[in-house]
Amino acid sequence: MTGMVLLGVVLLLAAGFGLWRVRTDGRLRPDPAAEAVDGQTLGPADIGAALGERATLVQFSTAFCAPCRSTRVVLRDVAERIPGVRYVDVDAEAHLDLVRALDVRRTPTVLVLDETGRVRRRAVGAPRRADVIAALGEFL
Amino acid sequence: MPDLEFRSPDSGTAVDARGLRFAAVLTTGVLAAALVTVPSPVGVGLLVAQTIGFALAAAFGARANPYGLLFRRAIAPRLASRPRPEHPAPPRFAQAVGLVFGLTALAGVALGSVTVTYLAIAAALAAAFLNAAFGFCLGCELYLRAARLRHRSAARTRTEQPPPLRRPHIEGETA
Repeated sequence: MTGMVLLGVVLLLAAGFGLWRVRTDGRLRPDPAAEAVDGQTLGPADIGAALGERATLVQFSTAFCAPCRSTRVVLRDVAERIPGVRYVDVDAEAHLDLVRALDVRRTPTVLVLDETGRVRRRAVGAPRRADVIAALGEFL
Repeated sequence: MPDLEFRSPDSGTAVDARGLRFAAVLTTGVLAAALVTVPSPVGVGLLVAQTIGFALAAAFGARANPYGLLFRRAIAPRLASRPRPEHPAPPRFAQAVGLVFGLTALAGVALGSVTVTYLAIAAALAAAFLNAAFGFCLGCELYLRAARLRHRSAARTRTEQPPPLRRPHIEGETA
C-alpha cells in the first residue's frame, strides 16, 4: 500500500517537473547575474578566448552532458553564419571559480555576450537555434 | 563521435539514443514494480536484478545492460528509424547514479529499514521516468553541482590563501 501511494506521488511529481522543464529549458532570458551585479562582464582572460567583434556565445559544458554536444553544433553553426559572432566552449569543470561566480548550476548553460563582454542573455539547458538568432538580433 | 571537444572520462564507442530510451522505459517499469512489491521477495528480486543492470552499465557502458542487449537483438532490427549515435559517457554516469540508489535500497532491505528502501527506489524511479518520458539528462543536473561542492570544500581546506576571486560573488555565496 505504501509503495502504491509512493508510486503515484513520484510519477505525479516527476511528470509535473518534466512538463515544467520542457517549457522552460533552454529559454534565453535576461541574465539574473547581470542585474544582480552591476555591469557583469567577461573578458578573454575569463573564457580563455578572444571576444567576438559584435557578440560572443559562451557555452558551459561538462563531459557527462549529452545535450551539450547538440548545443555545440547549433551554436558553432550560428557563429559561422553571422559575421562578428564568436562561439566559445568552456569546460565548466576546469573553470569552477568562474562557474561559481556566474552561478552556473547545470550544463549546458549558454551566455550571450555583447561586444563589450557584458552578459546580455542566459539560457539554462539547450537553446533553440531560432531563439539564439533572435537574441543576437536584439542587440546586434 | 568525432565531435569531442575536451577530455572525456570515457571515449568508448557511441551508443544508440533509441536504445537508451528503451532501456529507460524498462527500468521505469521494473522500478515501479519493485516499489509496490518491496519488501516482499518478489520486490527484492526485482531490485537485485535492476541493481545488477545498473552495475553492468556503469562498469562496462550502456551496451552491457541487458536491456541494451534486448534492444539490439529484438527491437532495433524492427525499427524504421535510423540509429541516433550518442556519446556513451553521459548515460554511463546516469547508470552509476542509479547503481548508488539501487545499492542504498538493498542496504535498506538488509538493515531492515524499509523507509530507506522506499526513498531510494523512489529517487531512482523519478530519474528513470524523467529519462524515459522527457529524455532527462541526469549528468547535466548533478555532475557540475558535485564538482562545485568538491571545489568549495577543497577551497576551504586551503587555509593559507583563499582562491582569488575573479568575479564578484552572487547570491551570498562565500569562498
